[in-house]
Amino acid sequence: MREFNELRITGLNKYYGNKKVVDNFNLTIKNGEFVTLLGPSGSGKSTVLNCIAGLVPIDGGSIYIDDECLDDGKKFVPPERRNFGMVFQNYALFPHLSVFDNVAFGLKLRKLPKDIVKEKVIDALKMVHLEEHINKYPRQLSGGEQQRVALARCIVMEPRVMLLDEPLSNLDALLRIEMRYELKALHERLKITTIYVTHDQQEALALSDRIVVLNKGKIQQIGTPEEIYSYPANLFVANFLGFRNIWEVKISRFEGDREVHINLGNINLKAILHEKYKVHVRNIFENNKKPYISVRPEDIELGEGPENNIEVKIDVIEYLGQHKQFWGITSDGINIEISKDADISLKPGDNVKIWIPPERILVFSGED
Amino acid sequence: MGRRNIITILLFLLPAFFYLSFLFIYPFLYGLNLSLTDEKGNFTLENFIRFFSDPWDANTIWITLKIAIPATLLSILIAIPLAYYMRHGVRGEKFVTLLLILPITLGSVFIAEGMLTYMGPNGWLNKLLMFLRITDKPVKLTHNYWGVLIALIIQGFPFVFLMLLGYISGIDPNLEKAASVLGANRWHIFWKVILPLWLPGITMAMSLNFVMNFTVFPSAVLLGQPSGPTRVISISAFQWAFEKFNFHMSSAVAIIMGIVELIFILIVMFIRQGLYRGSTVAGKG
Amino acid sequence: MKRMGLSKALFWFTIIVYSFNILGIILTVVLNSLSKEWYGELFPKIFTFEWYAYMAREHDLPQLLYATFIVAISVALIALIIGLPTAYVLARYDFRLKNVILSFLLLPMLIPPMTYGIPLAALLYKLRLATKLSGVILANLVPVVPYVTLILTPFIEQIDISYESAARILGANRFQTFFKVLLPLIIPGIFTSALLSIVRTIAMFELTFLVAGPKSQTVVVALYYDAYAAGTRPPQAIDALAVVYFLITMTFLVIALRFASPTQFVYRGK
Repeated sequence: MREFNELRITGLNKYYGNKKVVDNFNLTIKNGEFVTLLGPSGSGKSTVLNCIAGLVPIDGGSIYIDDECLDDGKKFVPPERRNFGMVFQNYALFPHLSVFDNVAFGLKLRKLPKDIVKEKVIDALKMVHLEEHINKYPRQLSGGEQQRVALARCIVMEPRVMLLDEPLSNLDALLRIEMRYELKALHERLKITTIYVTHDQQEALALSDRIVVLNKGKIQQIGTPEEIYSYPANLFVANFLGFRNIWEVKISRFEGDREVHINLGNINLKAILHEKYKVHVRNIFENNKKPYISVRPEDIELGEGPENNIEVKIDVIEYLGQHKQFWGITSDGINIEISKDADISLKPGDNVKIWIPPERILVFSGED
Repeated sequence: MGRRNIITILLFLLPAFFYLSFLFIYPFLYGLNLSLTDEKGNFTLENFIRFFSDPWDANTIWITLKIAIPATLLSILIAIPLAYYMRHGVRGEKFVTLLLILPITLGSVFIAEGMLTYMGPNGWLNKLLMFLRITDKPVKLTHNYWGVLIALIIQGFPFVFLMLLGYISGIDPNLEKAASVLGANRWHIFWKVILPLWLPGITMAMSLNFVMNFTVFPSAVLLGQPSGPTRVISISAFQWAFEKFNFHMSSAVAIIMGIVELIFILIVMFIRQGLYRGSTVAGKG
Repeated sequence: MKRMGLSKALFWFTIIVYSFNILGIILTVVLNSLSKEWYGELFPKIFTFEWYAYMAREHDLPQLLYATFIVAISVALIALIIGLPTAYVLARYDFRLKNVILSFLLLPMLIPPMTYGIPLAALLYKLRLATKLSGVILANLVPVVPYVTLILTPFIEQIDISYESAARILGANRFQTFFKVLLPLIIPGIFTSALLSIVRTIAMFELTFLVAGPKSQTVVVALYYDAYAAGTRPPQAIDALAVVYFLITMTFLVIALRFASPTQFVYRGK
């Protein structure tokens, strides 16, 4: 039941009234992958998930699982026949049923014999460490426990794909980290193909094999957590992931295919691009796609260096325990955030020389 | 909380306290007393005995039940699928609600008066039915049992519908989605998820509607045959009070009305408890 | 997908059939009141206002209207005076007996008027308040006070309690806070509950019927008597009075709908 090669979503469009909430969504997911749809609210990520689940029909494009068409605008397989599993943000446990009956709900619909149902339910609850609550009712459980019951109810069905819609958003911070670990452990163990929706980039980075970043219904970037974190494709992704020192710049010229010369106000910078992204950046340059750069605060070096030397005046210093955050202003009035060890002794008002290693300058487009 | 809070609470609740005591509890006790006393003021059960020993009066209970129970059941049975359909909202929802509060606002007297003409032998309804060949003679819908039944449904249905709609709107829509993904088709979802959670609302609506129907008065008089097949219990109470000027008897009848209403509500709740428990029998682990 | 079409069709069919009949009833009454005579034809042939004049002569229409409005407005006002502080306590405080008090308060709304109306009428007769306007007002208060309270409570709950806290810190005591801060903020709620209670009182038949005398009747009670004695009156005249009643009710309904949503008319006490 669980065997398939890939889930192919092609050209998915979805309208709510006149508003296009998902625009040309393309994604192919391999069996066993953990893919996260990451984006702010209104980005369409939950809509895509609902389309995949079949809770909502699509308005264009298609969804296939290997050769089986789930939805192509004409043919439509309803959710109860797709053999997927879903976990909701508010758990959606049936309040009138006990934990056992909740988990057994789908199994009973399949008309499995009672002893097999009982066995599977107990196994599923053991996997989420909730066996002793088997006869309780949802209202007697905490948020974290309810979420685990929802998980058990999902995995007991041995679904082909697991769809998780912001399952951790309703939990408090500590619980969220705990549950994140449990989810990851569960995925390692069961290897169920998982599509996960969240607005929390930490969750996305920690859990995923691949991340799809969405904004306003359009895909911004698809990549592994390392790729997304190291090389954001555009301004939106950079902002969403919490990058600092983001500046709009002008690209003056290329030298060779990896060296780029950039103007940041009065400052001239040289950046050396990563092999994978040199074409991408050249595209930005040639089509004038509003280039931006970003430098991590911890990548900026103090003192004089071979390239990219800047003078700043220290404005504010934040003591953050393990390190200090220095805010420096250039003569142009550009704010630069620098992160260094806590034992560096600088004071506000000091004039400091800094330099930026060329390979540490990320270049991306300002357009979606 | 604090003593000052309690004083404020008590002060603010004083008007309601007076209202309840003088306009509700005291009249109730007064009526109770009247029902259990005779003209001279001595304690007696004569009033109740008298009611039950005279079939002219005692039968009113059965006659009223024969009207009220079908009216309630029909209103509920029509309202349930309609409210279920509208549970996630519908285009024109406000318009539908507006249409439905019209008969509630107009009230039983106006509706009865209108029905006498509209559903009379020469009225538009019969004309339409004959035009559509549904019947070849006028159907007698006024001055009989049917007129009263229809009037009760016309007024009760919107009330029941709006109550049911309110309750079902409070059921988390994600529950339906979860059930759907777990393999339930629409039928399963209705019986296993919606209905069990809707049951408190349904029983409440049924109880309130029955109680309204059981005390029917103007419709029974104007649209029915108040000296015969539609002599309902409130007519008996009214006649004892204002035609025979015996407030002891009329209060007794009112108390009996209250008791029948209470019994019905208890039966409904009892059934609901039984149903509810049934749907949660778990294969114990 | 085809099943959806069937449900939708059935739904709208039922709604349309229902509304069609309601509108038919209303239209019949209106047309009849305006027709010289209407025996069996589809539409009356001659239209006239004479039945309105007839009805006005037969009834002391000004007195009738006066009684109706006095009762409706007085009931609304008194219900507000009782209901406001009660709603305030229910909205703002949690205390042990709260549920008990709430249940007691709901009782008069849940028990049908005919049931408690008989003993209430008996009492009012004994106190010689029956047949007078005051008696009618008192009787009609019973179902309206809880109604008004339940409508007002969510309005008060919606007002952020920090307004009152700010007033208290600035030196206002509880009563001043209530009158100067809270009251102005819940004016829409007050209007809504007043209008809804007026509509309800105008339509309230049983209580007024049991308690009123000839000078304290409301329009709906007069209508009942007319319809009851149908043999002695031309049906057109009865319907003329029905139309008057209809116009009054609808006017207040339309005004009320500017302030309230239709579902508030059917308050479900939980």
